[in-house]
Amino acid sequence: MKGPIISGAIILAGMFIFLKFLLPLVTAPLPASLIYLYLALVLSGILIYGTMSASSLEAMMGPVFRFLSGKGQTGASQMARLAVLVMFPLLVGWQTYSRLVPSDLPPAENRTIHPAPPGEFVGLANPYPKTPENIMMGKGLYAAYCSPCHGANYDGKGPAAPGFNPPPANFSDPGTIAQLQEAYLFWRIKKGGVGLPVEGMPWKSAMPRWEEELPEEFIWKIIMGEYDGAHQTPRTWEEEE
Amino acid sequence: MTSAGQLRHATIVQGMNRMPGLLKLGSFLALLFLPALAMAAGGAEIQAMSVEYRDVPGIGSRNLVWVVAQQHLLLAGFVLGVPIFAWICELVGWKTKEQRYDKLAKEFTKLLTSAYATTALFGGILLFLLIGLYPKLMAYLTDMFFPSFLVYCLLFLLETATLYMYWYGWDYMQGNKKTFHLFLGFLLNLFALGIMIVPNSWATFQASPVVVGEGDAWARAWMAMKNPTWWPVNIHRLIANVVLGGFIVGAYAGVRYLLAVSREEREHYDWMGYVGNFIGVFGMLPLPFAGYWLMREVYQYNQQMGITLMGGFLAWLFILQAMLIGVLFLGANYYFWLGITHRIPGSEGQYKKPVMGMLIVLLLCLGVWMTPHSLVASLAEAQKMGGTHHPLLGVFGVMSAKMTVSNIMILVTFMSFIMYWRAGKQETAGWAKAAKAIMGALLVIAGIAVVVLGVWGYFVPAIIRINYFSVAQVLIVLFIMVTFTPLTALLMKSAKTTTEMVWGKMPIRAGYSLVLNAVMVILLMSLMGYARSSSRVHWHIYGVMRDTSEYAYSPALGYAAAFMSLNTFVFCLIVAFIFWVATLGDKAKAQPPKGSPVDIPSHTAPAMAGGAPSSGEKLE
Repeated sequence: MKGPIISGAIILAGMFIFLKFLLPLVTAPLPASLIYLYLALVLSGILIYGTMSASSLEAMMGPVFRFLSGKGQTGASQMARLAVLVMFPLLVGWQTYSRLVPSDLPPAENRTIHPAPPGEFVGLANPYPKTPENIMMGKGLYAAYCSPCHGANYDGKGPAAPGFNPPPANFSDPGTIAQLQEAYLFWRIKKGGVGLPVEGMPWKSAMPRWEEELPEEFIWKIIMGEYDGAHQTPRTWEEEE
Repeated sequence: MTSAGQLRHATIVQGMNRMPGLLKLGSFLALLFLPALAMAAGGAEIQAMSVEYRDVPGIGSRNLVWVVAQQHLLLAGFVLGVPIFAWICELVGWKTKEQRYDKLAKEFTKLLTSAYATTALFGGILLFLLIGLYPKLMAYLTDMFFPSFLVYCLLFLLETATLYMYWYGWDYMQGNKKTFHLFLGFLLNLFALGIMIVPNSWATFQASPVVVGEGDAWARAWMAMKNPTWWPVNIHRLIANVVLGGFIVGAYAGVRYLLAVSREEREHYDWMGYVGNFIGVFGMLPLPFAGYWLMREVYQYNQQMGITLMGGFLAWLFILQAMLIGVLFLGANYYFWLGITHRIPGSEGQYKKPVMGMLIVLLLCLGVWMTPHSLVASLAEAQKMGGTHHPLLGVFGVMSAKMTVSNIMILVTFMSFIMYWRAGKQETAGWAKAAKAIMGALLVIAGIAVVVLGVWGYFVPAIIRINYFSVAQVLIVLFIMVTFTPLTALLMKSAKTTTEMVWGKMPIRAGYSLVLNAVMVILLMSLMGYARSSSRVHWHIYGVMRDTSEYAYSPALGYAAAFMSLNTFVFCLIVAFIFWVATLGDKAKAQPPKGSPVDIPSHTAPAMAGGAPSSGEKLE
């Protein structure tokens, strides 16, 4: 076997090595679900391109069909064909077994990061003006109450962060608080992990229920300080605040 | 009649006095039966007071309504989408004087009579089920929307009468009468639009109810109809119906192509598959924009509902949606590329590199679109990653990235079509070189601008991104489409054909890809229909009437996905049955002898692809 099928296998293997081993050298490792997704895309691309014309289809699949049909095969190639025909179902069986066998590991989670807030928190606006004084007060409160986990740089890397799994949210990431309205943060801070709805179960949040400790004024000002410190802006429907 | 019934009757009569003439006539007819209706309503009120819900043993009331409603909606999409398809084909046939477009339009209009009856049948079943299983909800909706029920009935009468005239008058209204037939086709689609938007208002009111002030029954119904998600859903469904109609026609052609035994049949169904795919893709290109508008309105109406859909437990449906749309984009482009390779002999080498480039861009875009914000990860993986949000690839999970890649995918698909259009032709116009250079430059600039706006979108407040950047991205892509299409048409007008297009030479995988596209569209409609309906969570009418039945919970995603698959399968069976019934008569007809003249010469390219019609195809 040579030509497109070997090229395709090399591309697929190269992509796997890149995603599994090379990418983690510069960033966090990818979960298996994402690696499979990307490999499936690459494989579909190889199949689409390889089946574009009669000649490319023959170049890619012809050797496979001839090998599997066994016509005119003798000796080593016949043995190789038999080995493939025996190994392939065994491989599928092993994959199935390894997926179904009971394990002490918890199953993979499709965790819902942003469940919908309760109705009473929808549409709330920060009642305190965005003055330098209020922002400074918010940052001070953040430093006292939030930074041990969420970090002095708002990056989720506070001194206590390594003790949590999942780790505290990184507010400097544009995918976190920048996607949310202030009312949402108010709900999350006020009610904490225990106040989360069932829709996003299983929930794992060590966020304290700050309404037990802080007045609402402090929470609103913390939100203000948080956005300012993380260089993000809350999601709004108005262009001017 | 009960006093409540009398009051309602008086209110409706009062409201009718303010109606336009045509509506008055229809409402008058309906009013003849109103005493009986009012008596029934009075009885229903008494019943509704004691019974809020009924259940169906085994399958459960919700599941039964789910299946029936989905079948009704998909069939409705089919019977509203196919007339648009048929009318466009008839219009093209009339303008280009190519008879085969007229024949194609007629072939599909023939399906409408049986499809229309099946849709109405499922609509009737759905209505009976809703009245029987959800009496309290239906009493509320009837009270709110009763005048619109009358309008709906009137529209049905008009639609049915127009359909009869359109179908049975096809052969009679040729020649000078063709323009009147086209007008009937226009009316058919206009009434169909009305039939779609009236019940849309009932469903959208359930999702985004508004405060209904004082007024008579008509005024109150109108206030309720004008809810925030009504028009976004109307536009989204209208475009989706065109897509459904196009791809179902494509699938039908694909199956017939696979079954074809003669050269003539292969040529005919190859061409039909091309037209179906073209109209499906044509509708698919603006669909993401309409979807974006709808979601924007949902968010603006209620943040809680928006988060439930896009960030909450329904967010995973959008990852499934990305996968299905991805397959659809790949399938549609694959069909175009197969067309270039197989219908234009010798073009394989010429288009290999552009096809590879487009495929790589599509796959990269799909990779981004399919990447969830929070990833499916085991405990150990999440620990290594620092949570389920990946520090690098997590940025692909937000709307800025999704909007960017969807726009690029639309651009690529559009360019696939342009490439197909230009394949096998040589421009002869003196300005062709300059025009191609300008088009190339515009395309590069547009691509870069879309990406820059997408990246920039991470660094500006969400409202700036939503109001300006996303809109600008859409406008850039639309600008490319509206400038490239006439420019290419102008170029092709004077172009000389270097390689004749050959029909009936597509490989069998082209037929399968057409079927795949149709299945993907049906799955998508089932999926997003479920998402829209589920966003109400435990409310029949969001924030107004709570679901207090035993089914006031959202099913697990796997369970819902199984039902969506079941609905898709059942709908495919129904459509196959309709096609089978509609073509029974054709099978009885004697097959023309081999070698007899056919309508489609093998060398002719479709007018939509820039081909010139041959004289043999001119209408008399």
